[in-house]
Amino acid sequence: MIRFLVFLAACVALVSAALTAQPVPKVNDALITGDKLPRKLSDFGFFADSAAKQPVAMVQPYELNAPLFTDYARKFRYAYVPAGGRVEAGDNGRLLFPVGSALIKSFGYDDPGGDDVRLLETRVLLHRADGWVALPYVWDADGKDATLKVAGRRMPVRFTDPSGAKRDISYAVPNKNQCKGCHELGGKLVPIGPKLRNMDDGVQIGVWQDRGWLDKGMAVFAMMPDFSDKKFSLNDRARAYLDINCAHCHNRDGPASNSGLFLGFEETDSTALGIGKRPVAAGRGSGGREFAIVPGDADASIFTYRMDNTDPGIAMPELGRSIVHDEGVALIREWISVMNADGSIDIESDD
Amino acid sequence: MQIVWKGAIMAGAAMAMAQPACAKDIMVEAGENAQERLQEALILAQPGDVVVIGEGRFDLTDGLSLDIDNVTVRGSGPGKSVLSFKNQQGAGEGLLVTSDNVVLRDFAVEDTRGDGIKSKGADNIVYYNVRVEWTGGPKETNGAYGIYPVESENVLIDKAVAIGASDAGIYVGQSRNIIVRNSKALFNVAGIEIENSYDADVFSNIAMHNTGGILVFDLPNLPQQGGRNVRVFSNRATKNDTPNFAPAGNIVAGVPMGTGVMVMANNNVEIFGNVLGGNATSNIIITGYRFEFDDENYQPVPANVRISMNQHGKAGYQPGYRGLDQAAKAMGGTIPPILWDGSGSKIASDDAVQVLTLGLAAPDTPLEQAKPDVVELEGNTARALPAITMPEAMEAVIR
Repeated sequence: MIRFLVFLAACVALVSAALTAQPVPKVNDALITGDKLPRKLSDFGFFADSAAKQPVAMVQPYELNAPLFTDYARKFRYAYVPAGGRVEAGDNGRLLFPVGSALIKSFGYDDPGGDDVRLLETRVLLHRADGWVALPYVWDADGKDATLKVAGRRMPVRFTDPSGAKRDISYAVPNKNQCKGCHELGGKLVPIGPKLRNMDDGVQIGVWQDRGWLDKGMAVFAMMPDFSDKKFSLNDRARAYLDINCAHCHNRDGPASNSGLFLGFEETDSTALGIGKRPVAAGRGSGGREFAIVPGDADASIFTYRMDNTDPGIAMPELGRSIVHDEGVALIREWISVMNADGSIDIESDD
Repeated sequence: MQIVWKGAIMAGAAMAMAQPACAKDIMVEAGENAQERLQEALILAQPGDVVVIGEGRFDLTDGLSLDIDNVTVRGSGPGKSVLSFKNQQGAGEGLLVTSDNVVLRDFAVEDTRGDGIKSKGADNIVYYNVRVEWTGGPKETNGAYGIYPVESENVLIDKAVAIGASDAGIYVGQSRNIIVRNSKALFNVAGIEIENSYDADVFSNIAMHNTGGILVFDLPNLPQQGGRNVRVFSNRATKNDTPNFAPAGNIVAGVPMGTGVMVMANNNVEIFGNVLGGNATSNIIITGYRFEFDDENYQPVPANVRISMNQHGKAGYQPGYRGLDQAAKAMGGTIPPILWDGSGSKIASDDAVQVLTLGLAAPDTPLEQAKPDVVELEGNTARALPAITMPEAMEAVIR
């Protein structure tokens, strides 16, 4: 439904731009490719409104099948590709955007007083000639624009989680370096979410193709499922969860390359996946447990200990969450609990 | 943040990212909002700049990070410029460096929730006169590593102090070309540890009151393994008498209390001219990797270990390995100060002390099957490894 609505919003923006006599709002290409760090989010021209909820026509909202957990924040993702630009599919369907592209992601929570979403921050990834740049913008108190905060920020937030419980957290906007802490691949900053396998929902790829961003004859990749959708197998759901929540660091070229623990959806080495693997630098993150995963015994596995913890010296992921993702922990617990000694899973989908 | 730089203008709608004409000092003082001001300085620094940490205590709430090449972070001394992470709410370490040619000097990092200072993929890094400490003494809840360079080439650690780490005080992992010298490691589980690394000199350090003083390890299932070419010399590894407080599951949790120098599954290690003693288990332990593993590329036994000219004080009077207390009793109260598990090849010693072997040639044999016996470690102990040198620019900045 949300997906349909954002699509509709994009259409409305397109139509209203065409109907009115005002000049079509345009994205500031020079700011994306230049060497400045623009102070205000509105400088880019990604949105038609000051609240940054209606993207301009050239900016496309998109969704991921399996999203990263960020303290139950709601996320709104947008992509911009400069006119005539083409997006290519790289390794494992990772999308390779042309220089001049931008990815925009707003984070917020439902406003308890109304039916709107109150945005806290908007992160912008700009593809410049010398690589991607990540910039965090924090929303001003009046909600009319967001301001660059390279050093990040903490702010108190109260919200209601999916179980209905009230939560008070210290929400952390990452600083510019912490952005790279997750977005690094082989020493370079790259986008994480936009991969074909994580965007293929039967509709979205077609929209990007219609925009001329993606080639219609491109290769098909194994779809990564929504980990909360039980029509998919337990193994695929667990692996999708680990991919989007862990593998941006835990891959052979990522920030956690030295750990030897690699959690990408495509990983096939069972030791690298953590099965029977001893920790190397876990410190007290081990929780007294000897292996990352002990098949059949979630309580003896370091995975669940670190996921089910909020202490900065223990918690995984290290960034982006201050509370436990109970649903995520439950999924990985179930996956480990039914795992055979060789790492295989007998249980298929619930259907 | 105060920019000390002639003609610097950083206000306005946009901040220029272009390289400045000359390097500048960016002064950050202690006080209100230290987190944001210091982090902003570390982000906006340009290559060549010095981020100067003022005197006093900086109360930090999150991890700090530096990702700009050629930056120096300098305080007024490890007793004067103190970054305290007692109230840290996030991040796996206190300070994270991910850029090359960085110099960290003259400041302290205290009470981080995870690691103290980590540098990853940060080549040509200098740690000089820095202290990382957990001020509550040795505790399992302390962070794992104090000074933690990993996956780096050219690592120079000089006059560092590391106290209270629940894994290793000074830990160099998966790196190449390393010097650790003139440093002190106290009350850690492992004082100084060189792991899965190539070409390291560890000398003129003091490792006291740790569980184990100086460790040279190689572990399986890691991107860089086959640890080799390490010289441990002219160190003092004495009175390592702190009970092991590492959280179980970590490899150092298996280091017995009272270990001076320990070599696990490395190749080409020279241990000479050290002062060793007051180590209840052993002054020197040479062992294979005694755990199960699934890694066809891993070599679990030590080879080419040359031990010479070390001074041995009292050791082996309360060995922390199961069953060895009986051996000690049978041998008049102490076991010899050098202990070898019996695995590997070309292990040689000409130190003027006896050596005890456990007789376990295969490292996967359980310790219960040990047949302790005195052994001669004959063979060539002549030093063969060249001295490690750093790029001249790294030595020049601290001269």
